[in-house]
This record gives sequence, structure tokens and C-alpha cells, in this order.
Amino acid sequence: MAKSNKPIVWGLFAAGGTVSAFVLPALIFVTGLAVPLGIFGDDALSHERIYPFVSHWFVSLVLFGVIVLSIWHAAHRIRITLHDFGMRGDGMIGTVAYFAAGMFTLGTFFALSGM
Amino acid sequence: MSLRQIELEVLRYDPEQDDEPRFQKYSVPCQEEWVVLDALNYVKDNLDGSLSYRWSCHMAVCGSCGMMIDGEPTLSCKAFLRDYGSKIRVEPLANFPIERDLVVVLDDFMSKLKRVKPYLIPKQHKPIADGEYRQTPRQLKLYKQYTLCINCTLCYAACPQFALIPDFIGPAALALAHRYNLDSRDGGRAERQEEVASHEGIWECSFVGACSEVCPKSVDPAGAIQQMKIASTVDWYLERLMPWRNK
Repeated sequence: MAKSNKPIVWGLFAAGGTVSAFVLPALIFVTGLAVPLGIFGDDALSHERIYPFVSHWFVSLVLFGVIVLSIWHAAHRIRITLHDFGMRGDGMIGTVAYFAAGMFTLGTFFALSGM
Repeated sequence: MSLRQIELEVLRYDPEQDDEPRFQKYSVPCQEEWVVLDALNYVKDNLDGSLSYRWSCHMAVCGSCGMMIDGEPTLSCKAFLRDYGSKIRVEPLANFPIERDLVVVLDDFMSKLKRVKPYLIPKQHKPIADGEYRQTPRQLKLYKQYTLCINCTLCYAACPQFALIPDFIGPAALALAHRYNLDSRDGGRAERQEEVASHEGIWECSFVGACSEVCPKSVDPAGAIQQMKIASTVDWYLERLMPWRNK
């Protein structure tokens, strides 16, 4: 029997799961709670302060990894969850989910490389 | 010892006579410390000799008395009446065709089990005169939990993926493949991968985890499958990025 090619998407899914479990809660806390509440000062995430930091190649690379892996994780998770909920047409759902993830990947690449 | 009257609602089905399965009720005088299997034996001996079900050891070793008890895949020899109400519903294991009453057809599982080669395939054959294959306690510990599988197939009855995709090789067979892959004396992983790493193998698993929850021997098939997914993903990339490694 032929070996499956699922490792491509599953590898991204597994890596994304690890990244989003460890990194996203911290990011959500910082960007969603701490900064709006002013814990880090009023201009913590102001454009002037954050732009030079984010546009450094290494920070861009890390951000690319975190965003893209999380998106691929989400795409595969949505595909599996819909399947678990009993929705048929797995091939179609997979295609749509991965196409969206691919578009987000390109978008992230251009957004970060354009800085 | 106190007596307790239990109402058993048992699924009956004789494919030669019945158009479809039906429930039959039995009122059973039970001892407090009985298990569901004892109640079924009482029915068979005293109330209705035509009731069919599998059992053998009565001590969670043989793996033949699995059934749905109040909707949960359970070994009936391990299902103590004190943990249930006065009405208990007993059905054959879900996701399998019914042979008769509580007996299910296991042919499909048996053929899948065979396909994953759940036996030692030695790295190299050595004559008996060269002595035994030695193994350290640490090497044994790596796979020991998976040797505890008794092929009761409760995990197949619990697995929603197996319910949706009958071709899925399924939890127990995959966990046993993993058991031999992890064995230091074994060299058969590449052969097993042909089945394990196929679409119908580990990749049909969506990690619901119900298999590990219902396992009466605390084997963790879900964990085994995830470990095999990681190993197979590493294989997949190595096969493509370092083709000279392939034999």
C-alpha cells in the first residue's frame, strides 16, 4: 500500500500546535490585555517604537514562523474538526483550508519582507 | 451479601430469524458484588438459554467479553453492578457487524491485525547456539505498556474515526505495530510502515483519544499513533531530502 503524503500537512500542523500552545497565549496576553490596559506604558506598541524591532530580519523570521505555523495548524484543525462533526467532502474542505493557509502564508511573507 | 434486582435490557439479534435487532428485558436477582457478566450468566443459566455472548476468563485477561454497557464499550467482567443503576442496557460492541445477540464478527479486525505484522521480525537471524537476544530493563520499558493489549476491540467500538471509515486499521492493531517497532530485538519497522504509514493507517486517526479512555488494560493507543505520526513525518522528509539514505 502506498505511503501517505499526509506528513506534509501534519508536520506543519504538529509544529504549529506546539508553537501556538507555547507562544500564542503570551502574545495574546501582551497584545490583547497588557498593552490595552497600559501595563507596559501608553506607547508600548506605538508604530515608532515597534517598527524598528519588527523589521529586524531575525524578528521578522520569528514572526513569520509563529504566524505561518499557527495558520497551518488552524487550517488542519478546522479540516479535522469539520470531519469529526460529521461533515463529508474531506478532500474539498482540505483543499479550501490549505488554500486559505497558503494565501495567508504568502500575505505574511510579503507583509514582513516589505518592511 | 445483599440481593439486588437489576433490569437488564439486552440487545437480541438472530440474523436467520430476525429482520432487525430488538431489546429484551430480563429481571435478574443479583448479588451486590456481581459484575454484568455474572448477571448475563444468570440469565443464560436460569432465564433464557438462547442468549449468546462471548466470555472466558472472567478476570479481564482474555478480552472476549467486551460489550456496550449503558452505551460505553466495557469488559462485562470488569463492569461492577454497584457502579450502575437498577436498569442496565447491554448491547454488542459498536462499529462491528452482529453475529448473533452480543457476539460480533471480528474477521475484519483479525485481518487488519495480521497486516501490521504484530510479531518479532529479528534484525538478523542468529542460530540458537549463539544464545538469546538480550534486552535491558530500559529497552523493555519502552514498549511494555503496549504488550498489555488483549485484543478486546473496545477501542474500535469507541473510535469515531473507525465508525466513519471502516478501512481504518484502527487503534489496537496500530498500537501493536508500535509495540514491535519499539522492541530493540526487532528489525521489521520498514515492512510495517507499508501499512502503518498508509492513508488507512495512522493518518486516518484524528486524535480523538477515546481508544485510550476505554482501554481496560491502560494501553495508550492514541499516544502510540501520535508517536508513529511523528516518526513517519520524519521518515517522509528524510526520504525526500536525503534520498541516498533510502535502500
